[in-house]
Order: sequence, then structure tokens, then C-alpha cells
Amino acid sequence: MSEHVTLPEGYVEKQTTTINLGPTHPATHGVFQNIVELDGETIVSAEQTVGYIHRAFEKIAEHRTPYQITTLTDRLNYCSAPLNNFGWHIACEKFLGIKTPKRVDYLRVIIMELARISDHLICNSIVGVDSGAFSGFLYVMQYRELIYEIYEEICGSRLTTNMGRIGGFERNFTPQAFQKLEKFIKEWPVVLKEFDELFNRNRIFMDRTIGVGPISAERALNYGFTGPNLRAAGVDYDVRIHSPYSSYEDFDFTIPVGSTGDCYDRFLVRDQEMWQSLEIIKQAYQKVQEFKGAEAEVYHADVPDYYLPDKKDVYTKMEALIYHFKIIMGETKMPVGEMYSSIEAANGELGFYLISDGGRSPYRLHFRRPCFIYYQAYSELTKGGLLSDAIITMSSLNLIAGELDA
Amino acid sequence: MALTNETIRQKLIEKFGEEVTGWEEPYGMLTFTSDKNLNLKVLQFLYDEPSLDFRFLTDLCAVHYPDNTGKELAVVYHLHNLKENIRIRYKVFADISNPDVFSAYALFSAANWMERETYDFYGVNFIGHPNLKRILNVEEMEYFPLRKEYPLEDQKRIDKDDEMFGRE
Repeated sequence: MSEHVTLPEGYVEKQTTTINLGPTHPATHGVFQNIVELDGETIVSAEQTVGYIHRAFEKIAEHRTPYQITTLTDRLNYCSAPLNNFGWHIACEKFLGIKTPKRVDYLRVIIMELARISDHLICNSIVGVDSGAFSGFLYVMQYRELIYEIYEEICGSRLTTNMGRIGGFERNFTPQAFQKLEKFIKEWPVVLKEFDELFNRNRIFMDRTIGVGPISAERALNYGFTGPNLRAAGVDYDVRIHSPYSSYEDFDFTIPVGSTGDCYDRFLVRDQEMWQSLEIIKQAYQKVQEFKGAEAEVYHADVPDYYLPDKKDVYTKMEALIYHFKIIMGETKMPVGEMYSSIEAANGELGFYLISDGGRSPYRLHFRRPCFIYYQAYSELTKGGLLSDAIITMSSLNLIAGELDA
Repeated sequence: MALTNETIRQKLIEKFGEEVTGWEEPYGMLTFTSDKNLNLKVLQFLYDEPSLDFRFLTDLCAVHYPDNTGKELAVVYHLHNLKENIRIRYKVFADISNPDVFSAYALFSAANWMERETYDFYGVNFIGHPNLKRILNVEEMEYFPLRKEYPLEDQKRIDKDDEMFGRE
């Protein structure tokens, strides 16, 4: 903007408009505020403000025992809470040197991939909503419900699941859980195919997303992108392949990559990942069914010091009562050490940097939250684009306010 | 030739000699430290040296050790070589009364918010950062909440009426 310039009469000065996008705007899908400077409809600059739902998880975690931290991880990426729960449990197991049985690994893989599907599903259908296609979103929500029913069957809750224990699960999967899984495996591909047909080669959708909010592989890496957003830019980095956890090395799947890193590629990468996740679930379910005899009943590792005992044992067995008391009251000390452990969460690499001084709770626990790190690229992604494209770019990045603000 | 912790260690010693110390390998991750004024030189070397190629900043955070006099604040970098798939951890320590550390923003755009977060919680003053202000907490905040001197719950608080929650 020019200052104190005398303009000829009748000349209208070129002006920019500054508007607030968010923090409670329906199009931002979470508490994100963007102060956007507009020239007409073109974005000149955007500045993000975050922290509206900051709850100081890292500070709270320094006072909590491992099981109490699981509930904090629920509230990071609440669209795929089991992924965070298992990420934390896997971190604890790595830290404590616990080896989980294969069946536990496979069961976890099933749940983690279901969570990935439910997360990608929300993200992709919201991209649809923001480009003007509402029906896809409403339609697939019915099938997210199937996933939530499976969670419910396993742990009793749906959104903030607090699922699993260090070393495995709180109880074995019920036959109903497997029935619901079979129903999902049978019904889901049909719906996903319809969803694909609705969007993938839809001219309007393609025009709205191709070339919108692109990022090059080099910039994406420099910005610390991970997950589908990085893969859409053409880098095949996936924690499941690079540092396998929970026996991911036993599965046969491919990593879809894009090339331009724009909204359309991000959409397609997520879409293909859903298909891959389905393949992994099928393989994992196959492997789970192959266990026979006593092995087919295993649902946790034998680590009484850290595995919270079954409630009915707590009421009837002295030993279980003692372990229960010790774990709940935080009498179980963690070893001294420091460790970084990460998993491929639905929107990128979710890392746990844990330092323990041998006390009941971590000395320091840092969450590497993928969307906190890649959201800083947002102003670069939207600069020079249209305001309506900024909305779609935001939803295609899969930002979850809970995770971003921790 | 696959890159190993030992090769990385040799390369760094070759370049920086006695300046890089504190070699450890907790849970298989090579960890080392150096003087805080060397941090950019070390990061730049790790970034540029073709055989090392640590070009991905996975994580940046700080840790507060109140008993570590003169080196109370540790800034921890987690770096990743995506081609060889190997991670390292690099720490620098700063005095809490003078917590100046050079910003890695010029090298990694990702460091922008990570450093702001670290400043927000620990008060590490990143020199050369383009926009070092609070990110998650309110801007009016006058202290750095993740430092160990601030307990999570102070039982002696008088500014809060908690009668209904079992506290006097």
C-alpha cells in the first residue's frame, strides 16, 4: 500500500482487504484462524493463528502414568484415536523392551487400518463438501459408523477410544467384533468404489482441485511434511515401510504417491491408501484366523508389571489385585532412558520423544504432531490463489485442531 | 555403502574433532552434543555433506534440567536421512539466564513453528528467527510454562475457589 501519494483525480487507489477466516468459521473445520489479505479475490498473504484449543498435554503428561497418558493421545487426532493410542503403547513397549505376540500385532494392524480409513474418509469427503459436493460426505458417514461400531465392540467407546493396553488389548475380540469386521470388508469396497466414481474423474471436482495449493517435493521435505501430504508431492516416505512396527513387514501393500502435491493429488493418494488399507485389513484378518488352539486366544503380552490385569481377576486373585494397585497408583517405575518412537498416523508421522528419569511419569514427553508441522506451509500454499481455493487447500491438508494445538 | 552410526560418528569427528561430544546410542539412535554456538555449523555439515545428507528435520524441542547448572536448557534436534533411513539426535545446551541459540530456520522451513513452540514453552531465544513470538499460549503470558519450576498443580493456590472440588 502506498502512503501519502497524491493520486490524480478520479483515480481509485488499489486496495487490499484484510479479513478474518475463522476461528469459528464453518469452512475451517476446527478452530483455525487465518488473517487473510485479499486483493479482490486473490490472496496476497495469509497468517495463521493457532493455539485456540491448546490444553498443555506435554505438561500434563509429565505428571501422569503411562495409562493416564493414553487418554491424552485420544484427544490429539480425534478422527483416528486408536492410531494414537497404539502409537503411545508401541512407544511404551519399545521403551520397556516388551515384545508383543504376533496375534496382538495383527489385531492392532486391523484396528489401525480401520482408523486410517475413517480418518481419510472424513478428510476426503470434506474436500468434496468444500468443493460443493455434499452427498458424498453424508453417504460415507454411514460406513464410518460401521468402523465406530467395531471400536465399540472392542473397547466400549467410539470417538476417544482409549483402546488397548501396554502389551496388547484389554480383552479378546468378541465374535461380534469379527462379524462386524466381515460386514465392513464386504460392504465397504462397494461404497468406496461409488465414492471414487463420484469424485475421481468428475470434471467439476477436477477443475476445482487440480493445480490448487501445490507444493514441490523439495519444499514439502523442507517444511517437514509427512504422511499423505508428502506422498502426494512424490516422496514415498511411509513409517510403516521405513521402520516397520507392529509386524507391518508381514503385509503386502503398496505406497501410493502423487507428483504435483496439489489438492487433487492429496485426494487421490488418500483414496488409494484407503484401498491399500482394506487390503491390509483382509490380510491381517486372514492371518488372525490362521491361529489355532491356545494361540488363537492370545490378546496381550505376558507383562504383569505393565499390563493392567483383567477386572475379574482383580476381584478374585491377590496377585492381580497387587499389580492393579501398583499400576493404577503409579507405583510401577519406568526405566531411565530416552527414546524416540514414531508410527504412521493418518496424517503423517506421529512421534513420541520420551525422556524418563526413572520415576512414575515421563520426565519429558514431546509429541511430534504431523499437522502442527505442515500447517506452517499453509500461507505459502495459498499465496496467489483464490480465497475459495484456500478453503479447499485447508481441508485437503487434513488438519485436526486437537492434534495441532496439543 | 549403508550409512551406520559409526560412519556418522567418524565423519563428525573428522570435521569437528573434540567439539562434538557426549556420544550415546540409546535405543539405537546416535545421540551427540556440541557447544551451542556450533549448532548451525553442525546442522549445515550434516545437511550438505553428500555422504550424510540429513535433510529432514523430524522434530525440534527443548528439555529443562534445573540441576544442570549452566546448561539448564537442552535443545534437541531429531534429524532423518530419508534415503538411508537413519535417524540421529543432536543436542545443544544453553544457560537458562542466557538462552540464546541460533535458529535453524534458514536451513529448515519446518523449524519456524517448532522454534516458536520451543520459545513459547521454554523461553529459548532463537537468534535469527524471523518471527519469534508465542504460538500456542496467549501472548500476554509472562513465563515459560514447561520449565520445571512451574508445578502442574499448586496446592497452595489462592486465586481459585475450589471448595466444591474437595480442596480447602
